[in-house]
Amino acid sequence: MIFQDYVFYALATILLFAGLRVITARNPVHAALFLVLAFFTAAGIWLLLEAEFLAIALVLVYVGAVMVLFLFVVMMLDINLDKLREGFWNALPIALPIGLLMAAEMIMILSSKHFSPDMMSAPTPRPAGYSNTAELGRQLYTDYLLPFELASVVLLVAIVAAIALTLRERKDSKFIDPAAQVRVKRADRIRIVSMPSEKEITPETPEPAAEKKR
Amino acid sequence: MMDAVQNLLGPLWPVVWTMIKIVAIVVPLMGAVAYLTLAERKVIGFMQVRLGPNRVGYGGLLQPVADGLKLLMKEIIIPTAANRTLFLLGPVLAIAPAFAAWAVVPFDMTLVLADIDAGLLYILAMTSVAVYGVIIAGWASNSKYAFLGALRSAAQIVSYEIAMGFALVGVLMSANSLNLGKIVLAQSGGFWQWYWLPLFPLFIVYFISAVAETNRAPFDVAEGESEIVAGFHVEYSGMAFAVFFLAEYANMILVAMLAALMFLGGWLSPVPFLPDSILWLLFKVAALLFFFLWFRATFPRYRYDQIMRLGWKVFIPVTLVWILFVGGMMQTRWAYLFH
Repeated sequence: MIFQDYVFYALATILLFAGLRVITARNPVHAALFLVLAFFTAAGIWLLLEAEFLAIALVLVYVGAVMVLFLFVVMMLDINLDKLREGFWNALPIALPIGLLMAAEMIMILSSKHFSPDMMSAPTPRPAGYSNTAELGRQLYTDYLLPFELASVVLLVAIVAAIALTLRERKDSKFIDPAAQVRVKRADRIRIVSMPSEKEITPETPEPAAEKKR
Repeated sequence: MMDAVQNLLGPLWPVVWTMIKIVAIVVPLMGAVAYLTLAERKVIGFMQVRLGPNRVGYGGLLQPVADGLKLLMKEIIIPTAANRTLFLLGPVLAIAPAFAAWAVVPFDMTLVLADIDAGLLYILAMTSVAVYGVIIAGWASNSKYAFLGALRSAAQIVSYEIAMGFALVGVLMSANSLNLGKIVLAQSGGFWQWYWLPLFPLFIVYFISAVAETNRAPFDVAEGESEIVAGFHVEYSGMAFAVFFLAEYANMILVAMLAALMFLGGWLSPVPFLPDSILWLLFKVAALLFFFLWFRATFPRYRYDQIMRLGWKVFIPVTLVWILFVGGMMQTRWAYLFH
């Protein structure tokens, strides 16, 4: 075995362990953190395949943004896992055959000749100057331009829809207009009145309104 | 002598040599972090017409050492209701990316630990991972204040990362490379060739987002001592607390270094008659770090909704418009201005 093989098996072991813990961890926050670990090790395996752009993008997008928001939500929820596990034994008679069936299907497909090592030979190592990022960009913007643009339009629609679904105008919200705050002039807020500093008080003078209120 | 050691270690030599290089980066970095804390207290002291620390050593020069010793001696208290493992993992996850990002930072033409092609992406990934330390520390502390700090920090870092990423997209459009060394070399030709000029709005957006990403004043709502005591690290003491500080200052130096590399020509000399040198880079980083301290002494803390507004409604549109503008200009005969 060469050095890369050792690295692969080490990463793969961690990945499988982390994936298993995602579904078995009792605490949802722990489960989310194990998912982060799984993404990290998956990125490591992609690096071994010389796909550095995809590997770093996985860390950047999934670990750096998606999982942060995911944790954000999971931490605020008070999930009682015992309640979720209550129906486990009732669901087992149906869940077990379905799970076995799916596993059998996957084994059949993955052990077929389309996935045999003969069909997919190991990629030849690229020369040192090869930039995976530049190649990927070139492919996306030439050969796959239409699918790429379609995917971006779908994403844009999803963003607009997500905002449209959650946007509601609250009547009682104390909305602040920052532009108005910046534009405000001294004259809008204070008024300088000229008052004599001393005033002769005659006994008949009624008390000021403010005093009465108190 | 080098050959003798090399033969002795055999196949282990590359590992040992990399370790030596890592130490050669981390040790000066720790020194810089320690003295940045002193510089901060001194600079803010002078801005507020005080002397700052001046008792330990000549003019207070040994103050960071005294602080470090004090924090090392203190007990690390773990709250009973805290999640012990994650509580201790928090500081580790805060400082690890802050150091890991330095692997691809070039100090000179040849002085770089890992000269990888996707260096810029790697740094962006590492700085975005840094938020986990804050989130985990805030959650594991099992305290309301710490949790509020963690939530604020998560929302803030995710928002500003987008603006920061777009600012860097402009840089890589101009430099045609993700390799930090090549980005610096693409700016060669003196002061007016550096990217701060053609990408000026992106430079400003990047620097302000960098202040927000490192949780520094005026964006330090994650700590916000007047509202949520000390935010995510309120339950930490001793060295665990100090590690958060080390991470914050190491991150400050890192983002200042990146701004110097990507917008201010890195180690390149501003004028043709002076040679390029790592001293230029260190000078630029120090000047940018001074801005961090200056901001802290000058601006009051942003309100949370103002931070969100600035990030989403000001910075992201500005960067998008400027990227479109740069992309459009590159198709005209003024393209040379943007390369």
